[in-house]
Amino acid sequence: MRHDTIEKSLNLMMVLIVVAISIGGLVEIVPLMMSSDATEPDEGIEVYSPLRLAGRDVYVREGCYNCHSQMIRPFRSETERYGPFTTAGETVYDRPFQFGSKRTGPDLARVGGRYSDEWHRLHLMDPRALVPESNMPSYTWLAEREVDGDLVTAKLEVLRLLGDPYTDEQIAGAAGEVAGRTELDALVAYLQGLGTNRRNRR
Amino acid sequence: MPAFWHWFIAGGTILFVIWCVWLISWSSKQGPANVADDEVVGHKWDGDLEEWNNPAPKWWLYLYFITIAWAIGYLVAFPGLGSYEGMLGWSQEGQYEAEMQAAAENYDPIYEEFAAMDFEVLSQNAQAQALGKSLYASYCTTCHGSDARGAPGYPNLTDNVWLWGNAESELYISIANGRNAVMPVLAPALGGDEGIANMAKYVKSLSGGEADAGAMSAQPMFVALCSACHGVDGTGNKIFGAPNLTDDIWLYGGSLETIQETLLNGRNGVMPAHGDLLGENRTKILAAYVYSLSQ
Repeated sequence: MRHDTIEKSLNLMMVLIVVAISIGGLVEIVPLMMSSDATEPDEGIEVYSPLRLAGRDVYVREGCYNCHSQMIRPFRSETERYGPFTTAGETVYDRPFQFGSKRTGPDLARVGGRYSDEWHRLHLMDPRALVPESNMPSYTWLAEREVDGDLVTAKLEVLRLLGDPYTDEQIAGAAGEVAGRTELDALVAYLQGLGTNRRNRR
Repeated sequence: MPAFWHWFIAGGTILFVIWCVWLISWSSKQGPANVADDEVVGHKWDGDLEEWNNPAPKWWLYLYFITIAWAIGYLVAFPGLGSYEGMLGWSQEGQYEAEMQAAAENYDPIYEEFAAMDFEVLSQNAQAQALGKSLYASYCTTCHGSDARGAPGYPNLTDNVWLWGNAESELYISIANGRNAVMPVLAPALGGDEGIANMAKYVKSLSGGEADAGAMSAQPMFVALCSACHGVDGTGNKIFGAPNLTDDIWLYGGSLETIQETLLNGRNGVMPAHGDLLGENRTKILAAYVYSLSQ
Protein backbone atom coordinates (compact mmCIF):
# COMPACT_ATOMS: atom_id res chain seq x y z
CA MET A 1 0.00 0.00 0.00
CA ARG A 2 1.46 3.29 -1.06
CA HIS A 3 1.34 6.40 1.03
CA ASP A 4 -0.57 8.25 -1.65
CA THR A 5 -3.24 5.54 -1.60
CA ILE A 6 -4.14 6.71 1.91
CA GLU A 7 -3.67 10.35 1.07
CA LYS A 8 -5.92 10.22 -1.93
CA SER A 9 -8.74 8.13 -0.43
CA LEU A 10 -10.77 10.24 1.97
CA ASN A 11 -12.73 7.31 3.43
CA LEU A 12 -9.66 5.19 4.14
CA MET A 13 -7.92 8.16 5.71
CA MET A 14 -10.91 8.89 7.97
CA VAL A 15 -11.08 5.31 9.18
CA LEU A 16 -7.35 5.22 9.94
CA ILE A 17 -7.47 8.56 11.79
CA VAL A 18 -10.38 7.36 13.96
CA VAL A 19 -8.50 4.13 14.74
CA ALA A 20 -5.34 6.03 15.67
CA ILE A 21 -7.17 8.46 17.97
CA SER A 22 -9.36 5.78 19.55
CA ILE A 23 -6.46 3.81 20.94
CA GLY A 24 -5.56 6.59 23.37
CA GLY A 25 -9.17 6.80 24.55
CA LEU A 26 -9.58 3.04 24.76
CA VAL A 27 -6.49 2.64 26.89
CA GLU A 28 -6.92 5.72 29.10
CA ILE A 29 -10.66 6.34 29.43
CA VAL A 30 -12.48 3.02 29.10
CA PRO A 31 -10.64 1.25 31.97
CA LEU A 32 -11.41 4.21 34.28
CA MET A 33 -15.10 3.95 33.46
CA MET A 34 -14.90 0.35 34.61
CA SER A 35 -12.73 0.99 37.68
CA SER A 36 -14.39 0.88 41.10
CA ASP A 37 -12.05 3.68 42.33
CA ALA A 38 -13.77 6.08 39.97
CA THR A 39 -17.32 4.74 39.93
CA GLU A 40 -18.05 3.85 43.56
CA PRO A 41 -18.44 6.53 46.23
CA ASP A 42 -15.82 6.94 48.97
CA GLU A 43 -16.97 6.22 52.50
CA GLY A 44 -19.45 8.87 53.65
CA ILE A 45 -20.13 10.32 50.22
CA GLU A 46 -23.86 10.62 49.62
CA VAL A 47 -26.12 11.85 46.85
CA TYR A 48 -27.00 15.56 46.86
CA SER A 49 -30.10 16.57 48.76
CA PRO A 50 -32.70 18.29 46.53
CA LEU A 51 -31.76 21.77 47.78
CA ARG A 52 -28.04 21.17 47.35
CA LEU A 53 -28.61 19.71 43.91
CA ALA A 54 -30.49 22.87 42.94
CA GLY A 55 -27.59 24.89 44.35
CA ARG A 56 -25.11 22.86 42.34
CA ASP A 57 -26.99 23.69 39.17
CA VAL A 58 -26.92 27.39 40.09
CA TYR A 59 -23.15 27.01 40.58
CA VAL A 60 -22.86 25.52 37.10
CA ARG A 61 -25.23 28.01 35.48
CA GLU A 62 -23.42 31.04 36.90
CA GLY A 63 -20.10 29.64 35.73
CA CYS A 64 -18.49 29.56 39.18
CA TYR A 65 -16.12 26.91 37.81
CA ASN A 66 -14.54 29.55 35.58
CA CYS A 67 -12.81 31.08 38.60
CA HIS A 68 -13.04 28.41 41.32
CA SER A 69 -11.62 24.91 41.12
CA GLN A 70 -12.86 21.99 43.19
CA MET A 71 -9.75 19.91 42.86
CA ILE A 72 -7.11 19.81 45.56
CA ARG A 73 -3.94 18.31 44.16
CA PRO A 74 -1.74 16.00 46.21
CA PHE A 75 0.88 18.61 47.15
CA ARG A 76 1.59 19.86 50.64
CA SER A 77 1.14 23.47 49.55
CA GLU A 78 -2.43 22.64 48.53
CA THR A 79 -3.46 20.36 51.36
CA GLU A 80 -2.12 22.80 53.98
CA ARG A 81 -4.38 25.50 52.68
CA TYR A 82 -7.48 23.62 51.57
CA GLY A 83 -7.56 20.21 53.25
CA PRO A 84 -7.04 16.63 52.07
CA PHE A 85 -6.49 16.09 48.36
CA THR A 86 -9.41 15.23 46.11
CA THR A 87 -10.13 11.61 45.21
CA ALA A 88 -12.12 10.18 42.31
CA GLY A 89 -14.58 8.46 44.64
CA GLU A 90 -15.70 11.81 46.03
CA THR A 91 -17.08 13.02 42.76
CA VAL A 92 -19.14 10.03 41.59
CA TYR A 93 -22.41 11.94 42.10
CA ASP A 94 -21.15 15.00 40.23
CA ARG A 95 -22.44 15.08 36.68
CA PRO A 96 -20.19 16.54 35.53
CA PHE A 97 -17.55 17.06 38.23
CA GLN A 98 -16.57 20.67 38.92
CA PHE A 99 -12.78 20.25 38.98
CA GLY A 100 -12.31 23.47 37.03
CA SER A 101 -8.96 24.54 35.66
CA LYS A 102 -8.40 28.07 36.92
CA ARG A 103 -8.14 29.69 40.31
CA THR A 104 -8.97 33.35 40.09
CA GLY A 105 -10.67 32.68 43.42
CA PRO A 106 -9.73 29.95 45.90
CA ASP A 107 -10.44 26.25 45.54
CA LEU A 108 -13.85 25.34 46.98
CA ALA A 109 -13.61 21.55 47.34
CA ARG A 110 -13.49 21.81 51.17
CA VAL A 111 -15.21 25.14 51.73
CA GLY A 112 -18.17 23.61 53.60
CA GLY A 113 -18.30 24.86 57.20
CA ARG A 114 -15.33 27.18 56.77
CA TYR A 115 -17.59 30.24 56.88
CA SER A 116 -21.07 30.82 58.29
CA ASP A 117 -24.23 30.71 56.16
CA GLU A 118 -24.63 34.43 56.77
CA TRP A 119 -21.11 35.05 55.52
CA HIS A 120 -21.90 33.27 52.25
CA ARG A 121 -25.13 35.24 51.82
CA LEU A 122 -23.44 38.59 52.33
CA HIS A 123 -20.48 37.56 50.23
CA LEU A 124 -22.58 36.42 47.26
CA MET A 125 -24.66 39.61 47.42
CA ASP A 126 -21.67 41.93 47.80
CA PRO A 127 -18.24 40.31 47.97
CA ARG A 128 -16.42 43.57 48.67
CA ALA A 129 -18.45 44.20 51.83
CA LEU A 130 -16.42 41.40 53.40
CA VAL A 131 -13.27 41.14 51.31
CA PRO A 132 -12.36 44.62 50.03
CA GLU A 133 -9.69 43.35 47.66
CA SER A 134 -11.98 40.77 46.03
CA ASN A 135 -12.75 40.97 42.31
CA MET A 136 -15.66 38.53 42.43
CA PRO A 137 -18.90 39.81 40.89
CA SER A 138 -22.09 40.26 42.93
CA TYR A 139 -24.87 37.73 42.36
CA THR A 140 -27.78 39.76 43.70
CA TRP A 141 -30.43 38.17 41.50
CA LEU A 142 -30.03 34.82 43.25
CA ALA A 143 -31.94 36.19 46.25
CA GLU A 144 -34.93 37.05 44.06
CA ARG A 145 -35.31 33.79 42.17
CA GLU A 146 -37.08 30.81 43.68
CA VAL A 147 -36.04 27.23 43.12
CA ASP A 148 -38.44 25.34 40.83
CA GLY A 149 -39.68 22.29 42.75
CA ASP A 150 -40.96 20.41 39.69
CA LEU A 151 -37.64 20.83 37.93
CA VAL A 152 -35.72 19.51 40.93
CA THR A 153 -38.05 16.49 41.13
CA ALA A 154 -37.49 15.78 37.43
CA LYS A 155 -33.70 16.05 37.91
CA LEU A 156 -33.76 13.54 40.77
CA GLU A 157 -35.72 11.11 38.61
CA VAL A 158 -33.21 11.42 35.79
CA LEU A 159 -30.30 10.97 38.18
CA ARG A 160 -31.93 7.84 39.55
CA LEU A 161 -32.20 6.50 36.00
CA LEU A 162 -28.46 7.09 35.70
CA GLY A 163 -27.87 5.04 38.83
CA ASP A 164 -27.78 7.53 41.73
CA PRO A 165 -29.43 5.86 44.75
CA TYR A 166 -32.29 8.31 45.41
CA THR A 167 -35.21 6.77 47.31
CA ASP A 168 -38.90 7.20 46.46
CA GLU A 169 -39.33 9.30 49.63
CA GLN A 170 -36.52 11.65 48.63
CA ILE A 171 -38.06 12.18 45.21
CA ALA A 172 -41.58 12.62 46.62
CA GLY A 173 -40.32 15.11 49.20
CA ALA A 174 -38.05 17.09 46.86
CA ALA A 175 -40.55 19.74 45.82
CA GLY A 176 -41.54 20.26 49.45
CA GLU A 177 -37.92 20.61 50.56
CA VAL A 178 -37.15 23.40 48.11
CA ALA A 179 -40.55 25.15 48.35
CA GLY A 180 -40.10 28.85 49.01
CA ARG A 181 -36.30 28.62 48.98
CA THR A 182 -34.35 31.01 46.81
CA GLU A 183 -31.45 30.17 44.55
CA LEU A 184 -29.26 31.95 47.09
CA ASP A 185 -30.40 29.49 49.81
CA ALA A 186 -29.72 26.60 47.45
CA LEU A 187 -26.24 27.80 46.49
CA VAL A 188 -25.29 28.41 50.13
CA ALA A 189 -26.54 24.93 51.04
CA TYR A 190 -24.45 23.47 48.23
CA LEU A 191 -21.32 25.37 49.25
CA GLN A 192 -21.76 24.50 52.93
CA GLY A 193 -21.85 20.80 52.02
CA LEU A 194 -18.67 20.77 49.93
CA GLY A 195 -16.10 18.43 51.43
CA THR A 196 -18.05 17.86 54.66
CA ASN A 197 -19.02 14.27 53.88
CA ARG A 198 -15.48 13.03 54.13
CA ARG A 199 -14.66 11.19 57.31
CA ASN A 200 -11.14 12.50 57.43
CA ARG A 201 -11.23 16.24 56.95
CA ARG A 202 -7.60 16.69 57.86
CA MET B 1 -7.02 -3.50 39.01
CA PRO B 2 -8.66 -6.61 37.51
CA ALA B 3 -6.36 -8.72 35.32
CA PHE B 4 -8.43 -8.05 32.23
CA TRP B 5 -8.02 -4.29 32.45
CA HIS B 6 -4.34 -4.64 33.34
CA TRP B 7 -3.73 -6.53 30.09
CA PHE B 8 -6.08 -4.29 28.18
CA ILE B 9 -4.05 -1.19 29.13
CA ALA B 10 -0.60 -2.76 29.03
CA GLY B 11 -1.30 -4.69 25.82
CA GLY B 12 -2.90 -1.72 24.09
CA THR B 13 0.00 0.54 25.01
CA ILE B 14 2.73 -1.90 23.96
CA LEU B 15 1.02 -2.76 20.67
CA PHE B 16 0.63 0.93 19.94
CA VAL B 17 4.33 1.58 20.55
CA ILE B 18 5.26 -1.34 18.26
CA TRP B 19 2.86 -0.07 15.64
CA CYS B 20 4.42 3.42 15.81
CA VAL B 21 7.88 1.90 15.19
CA TRP B 22 6.59 -0.06 12.23
CA LEU B 23 4.68 2.89 10.79
CA ILE B 24 7.63 5.26 10.92
CA SER B 25 10.07 2.69 9.54
CA TRP B 26 7.68 1.82 6.77
CA SER B 27 6.82 5.36 5.79
CA SER B 28 10.49 6.43 5.86
CA LYS B 29 11.13 3.90 3.09
CA GLN B 30 8.51 5.49 0.88
CA GLY B 31 9.50 8.31 -1.34
CA PRO B 32 11.86 8.93 -4.28
CA ALA B 33 12.75 5.24 -4.66
CA ASN B 34 9.22 4.56 -5.84
CA VAL B 35 8.76 7.78 -7.69
CA ALA B 36 10.01 8.85 -11.06
CA ASP B 37 12.50 11.71 -10.69
CA ASP B 38 10.25 14.26 -12.21
CA GLU B 39 7.09 13.16 -10.46
CA VAL B 40 5.31 15.81 -8.51
CA VAL B 41 2.35 15.20 -6.26
CA GLY B 42 0.16 17.24 -8.49
CA HIS B 43 -0.50 20.32 -6.40
CA LYS B 44 0.60 23.63 -7.82
CA TRP B 45 0.34 27.06 -6.23
CA ASP B 46 1.16 30.56 -7.51
CA GLY B 47 2.07 29.25 -10.92
CA ASP B 48 5.41 27.60 -10.06
CA LEU B 49 5.22 26.33 -6.46
CA GLU B 50 4.98 22.54 -6.70
CA GLU B 51 4.84 19.76 -4.13
CA TRP B 52 7.46 17.04 -4.55
CA ASN B 53 7.33 13.64 -2.95
CA ASN B 54 10.69 13.84 -1.16
CA PRO B 55 11.50 12.06 2.13
CA ALA B 56 11.52 14.00 5.39
CA PRO B 57 15.00 15.08 6.55
CA LYS B 58 16.88 12.42 8.53
CA TRP B 59 17.12 14.49 11.73
CA TRP B 60 13.36 14.79 11.69
CA LEU B 61 13.00 11.04 11.32
CA TYR B 62 15.43 10.44 14.20
CA LEU B 63 13.32 12.68 16.43
CA TYR B 64 10.48 10.20 16.01
CA PHE B 65 12.70 7.32 17.07
CA ILE B 66 14.04 9.31 20.04
CA THR B 67 10.51 9.98 21.32
CA ILE B 68 9.68 6.28 20.98
CA ALA B 69 12.83 5.33 22.91
CA TRP B 70 11.87 7.89 25.55
CA ALA B 71 8.38 6.37 25.81
CA ILE B 72 9.81 2.89 26.32
CA GLY B 73 12.19 4.14 29.01
CA TYR B 74 9.34 6.00 30.70
CA LEU B 75 7.06 2.98 30.68
CA VAL B 76 9.78 0.85 32.25
CA ALA B 77 10.61 3.39 34.97
CA PHE B 78 7.18 4.73 35.85
CA PRO B 79 3.72 3.18 36.37
CA GLY B 80 2.08 3.37 32.95
CA LEU B 81 1.34 -0.20 31.95
CA GLY B 82 -1.77 -1.30 33.81
CA SER B 83 -0.96 -2.30 37.35
CA TYR B 84 2.82 -2.49 36.73
CA GLU B 85 4.38 -0.16 39.31
CA GLY B 86 7.50 0.87 37.46
CA MET B 87 11.14 0.24 38.35
CA LEU B 88 11.46 3.48 40.32
CA GLY B 89 8.47 2.61 42.53
CA TRP B 90 7.12 6.14 42.11
CA SER B 91 3.51 6.87 42.99
CA GLN B 92 1.48 10.03 43.44
CA GLU B 93 0.56 9.12 47.02
CA GLY B 94 4.14 8.13 47.76
CA GLN B 95 5.46 11.48 46.56
CA TYR B 96 2.84 13.32 48.64
CA GLU B 97 3.66 11.31 51.75
CA ALA B 98 7.38 11.89 51.32
CA GLU B 99 6.73 15.62 51.02
CA MET B 100 4.59 15.61 54.17
CA GLN B 101 7.17 13.53 56.02
CA ALA B 102 9.97 15.94 55.11
CA ALA B 103 7.84 18.88 56.22
CA ALA B 104 7.03 17.18 59.53
CA GLU B 105 10.72 16.59 60.20
CA ASN B 106 11.51 20.21 59.42
CA TYR B 107 8.68 21.97 61.15
CA ASP B 108 7.44 19.79 64.01
CA PRO B 109 10.43 20.61 66.27
CA ILE B 110 9.80 24.33 65.71
CA TYR B 111 6.12 24.00 66.58
CA GLU B 112 6.91 21.90 69.64
CA GLU B 113 9.31 24.53 70.88
CA PHE B 114 6.58 27.14 70.55
CA ALA B 115 3.99 24.86 72.16
CA ALA B 116 6.07 24.78 75.33
CA MET B 117 6.42 28.57 75.46
CA ASP B 118 4.47 30.90 77.70
CA PHE B 119 1.64 32.65 75.85
CA GLU B 120 2.84 36.22 76.51
CA VAL B 121 6.38 35.34 75.45
CA LEU B 122 5.06 33.60 72.36
CA SER B 123 3.06 36.69 71.37
CA GLN B 124 6.34 38.65 71.26
CA ASN B 125 8.51 36.02 69.58
CA ALA B 126 9.42 37.27 66.09
CA GLN B 127 9.51 33.84 64.46
CA ALA B 128 6.18 32.80 65.99
CA GLN B 129 4.73 36.11 64.85
CA ALA B 130 5.84 35.45 61.28
CA LEU B 131 4.22 32.00 61.40
CA GLY B 132 1.10 33.44 62.97
CA LYS B 133 0.91 36.07 60.28
CA SER B 134 0.94 33.51 57.48
CA LEU B 135 -1.61 31.35 59.29
CA TYR B 136 -3.76 34.44 59.68
CA ALA B 137 -3.44 35.19 55.97
CA SER B 138 -4.58 31.67 55.07
CA TYR B 139 -7.43 31.18 57.50
CA CYS B 140 -8.70 34.49 58.85
CA THR B 141 -8.49 37.26 56.24
CA THR B 142 -11.67 36.33 54.39
CA CYS B 143 -13.81 37.48 57.32
CA HIS B 144 -11.58 39.60 59.55
CA GLY B 145 -9.79 41.31 56.66
CA SER B 146 -6.14 41.33 55.64
CA ASP B 147 -5.63 44.30 57.98
CA ALA B 148 -7.52 42.45 60.79
CA ARG B 149 -9.94 45.35 61.15
CA GLY B 150 -12.95 43.18 60.40
CA ALA B 151 -16.06 43.98 58.39
CA PRO B 152 -19.68 44.62 59.39
CA GLY B 153 -20.62 41.52 61.39
CA TYR B 154 -16.99 40.38 61.70
CA PRO B 155 -15.06 41.79 64.65
CA ASN B 156 -12.09 44.10 64.40
CA LEU B 157 -9.18 42.25 66.00
CA THR B 158 -6.94 45.28 66.46
CA ASP B 159 -9.03 47.50 68.78
CA ASN B 160 -8.61 45.52 72.00
CA VAL B 161 -12.38 45.13 72.34
CA TRP B 162 -13.16 41.44 72.81
CA LEU B 163 -16.57 39.83 72.51
CA TRP B 164 -15.39 36.51 73.90
CA GLY B 165 -12.30 37.59 75.82
CA ASN B 166 -8.59 37.68 75.00
CA ALA B 167 -7.13 35.37 77.64
CA GLU B 168 -5.11 32.48 76.18
CA SER B 169 -7.83 29.92 76.90
CA GLU B 170 -10.59 32.18 75.53
CA LEU B 171 -8.76 32.92 72.30
CA TYR B 172 -7.82 29.27 71.90
CA ILE B 173 -11.45 28.17 72.27
CA SER B 174 -12.66 30.87 69.87
CA ILE B 175 -10.32 29.60 67.17
CA ALA B 176 -10.42 25.85 67.82
CA ASN B 177 -14.11 25.33 68.66
CA GLY B 178 -15.63 28.39 67.05
CA ARG B 179 -18.26 30.64 68.58
CA ASN B 180 -21.94 31.15 67.98
CA ALA B 181 -23.59 34.36 69.19
CA VAL B 182 -27.35 34.66 68.95
CA MET B 183 -29.20 37.96 69.13
CA PRO B 184 -32.87 36.92 69.17
CA VAL B 185 -35.60 38.61 67.15
CA LEU B 186 -37.07 41.16 69.56
CA ALA B 187 -39.52 42.93 67.30
CA PRO B 188 -42.67 41.17 68.64
CA ALA B 189 -41.77 41.98 72.27
CA LEU B 190 -41.03 45.63 71.57
CA GLY B 191 -44.48 46.46 70.27
CA GLY B 192 -44.39 47.87 66.78
CA ASP B 193 -42.31 50.40 64.93
CA GLU B 194 -42.39 53.02 67.67
CA GLY B 195 -41.17 50.60 70.31
CA ILE B 196 -38.32 49.49 68.04
CA ALA B 197 -37.38 53.06 67.18
CA ASN B 198 -37.34 54.06 70.87
CA MET B 199 -35.26 51.06 71.86
CA ALA B 200 -32.78 51.78 69.06
CA LYS B 201 -32.43 55.36 70.29
CA TYR B 202 -31.96 54.18 73.86
CA VAL B 203 -29.30 51.64 72.85
CA LYS B 204 -27.47 54.29 70.84
CA SER B 205 -27.62 56.72 73.77
CA LEU B 206 -25.77 54.18 75.93
CA SER B 207 -22.65 55.00 73.93
CA GLY B 208 -23.06 58.70 74.58
CA GLY B 209 -25.27 61.36 73.14
CA GLU B 210 -28.70 62.63 74.05
CA ALA B 211 -31.46 60.33 75.23
CA ASP B 212 -34.80 61.99 74.57
CA ALA B 213 -38.06 61.12 76.33
CA GLY B 214 -38.88 58.46 73.75
CA ALA B 215 -35.53 56.78 74.27
CA MET B 216 -35.89 56.87 78.05
CA SER B 217 -39.33 55.23 77.75
CA ALA B 218 -37.56 52.12 76.43
CA GLN B 219 -35.32 51.81 79.47
CA PRO B 220 -37.59 49.48 81.53
CA MET B 221 -37.95 47.28 78.49
CA PHE B 222 -34.13 47.21 78.11
CA VAL B 223 -33.80 45.97 81.70
CA ALA B 224 -36.49 43.35 81.14
CA LEU B 225 -35.42 42.08 77.71
CA CYS B 226 -31.79 42.95 77.03
CA SER B 227 -30.03 42.93 80.38
CA ALA B 228 -29.88 39.15 80.60
CA CYS B 229 -27.14 39.16 77.97
CA HIS B 230 -25.97 42.78 77.67
CA GLY B 231 -26.15 43.56 81.41
CA VAL B 232 -28.31 46.17 83.15
CA ASP B 233 -25.73 48.84 82.38
CA GLY B 234 -25.31 47.55 78.80
CA THR B 235 -21.63 46.63 79.16
CA GLY B 236 -22.12 43.18 77.65
CA ASN B 237 -21.12 39.70 78.74
CA LYS B 238 -18.35 37.67 77.21
CA ILE B 239 -19.95 34.37 78.28
CA PHE B 240 -22.56 34.88 75.54
CA GLY B 241 -20.38 37.02 73.29
CA ALA B 242 -22.87 39.82 73.96
CA PRO B 243 -21.29 43.11 72.88
CA ASN B 244 -20.68 46.04 75.17
CA LEU B 245 -23.24 48.65 74.05
CA THR B 246 -21.61 51.55 75.85
CA ASP B 247 -18.24 51.77 74.05
CA ASP B 248 -19.49 53.16 70.71
CA ILE B 249 -18.00 50.17 68.89
CA TRP B 250 -20.59 48.47 66.74
CA LEU B 251 -20.25 45.00 65.29
CA TYR B 252 -23.02 45.44 62.70
CA GLY B 253 -22.99 49.24 62.49
CA GLY B 254 -24.08 51.99 64.87
CA SER B 255 -26.61 53.90 62.83
CA LEU B 256 -30.19 53.98 64.14
CA GLU B 257 -31.31 52.09 61.04
CA THR B 258 -28.82 49.28 61.62
CA ILE B 259 -29.69 49.00 65.30
CA GLN B 260 -33.37 48.79 64.36
CA GLU B 261 -32.52 46.09 61.83
CA THR B 262 -30.74 44.14 64.56
CA LEU B 263 -33.77 44.38 66.84
CA LEU B 264 -36.14 43.49 64.02
CA ASN B 265 -34.35 40.48 62.51
CA GLY B 266 -31.95 39.38 65.22
CA ARG B 267 -28.33 38.46 64.50
CA ASN B 268 -26.50 35.20 64.30
CA GLY B 269 -22.75 35.67 64.58
CA VAL B 270 -20.77 32.56 63.73
CA MET B 271 -17.07 31.97 64.10
CA PRO B 272 -16.43 28.57 62.49
CA ALA B 273 -14.33 25.97 64.31
CA HIS B 274 -10.73 25.69 63.06
CA GLY B 275 -9.31 23.16 65.51
CA ASP B 276 -9.41 20.25 63.05
CA LEU B 277 -7.81 22.31 60.31
CA LEU B 278 -5.02 23.80 62.40
CA GLY B 279 -4.21 21.28 65.11
CA GLU B 280 -3.19 22.22 68.64
CA ASN B 281 0.21 23.81 68.12
CA ARG B 282 -0.73 26.05 65.25
CA THR B 283 -3.93 27.14 67.00
CA LYS B 284 -1.81 28.34 69.90
CA ILE B 285 0.55 30.26 67.62
CA LEU B 286 -2.39 31.84 65.82
CA ALA B 287 -4.04 32.75 69.14
CA ALA B 288 -0.82 34.45 70.23
CA TYR B 289 -0.62 36.34 66.94
CA VAL B 290 -4.24 37.53 67.25
CA TYR B 291 -3.53 38.55 70.84
CA SER B 292 -0.53 40.58 69.70
CA LEU B 293 -2.59 42.49 67.10
CA SER B 294 -4.23 44.61 69.78
CA GLN B 295 -1.23 44.98 72.08
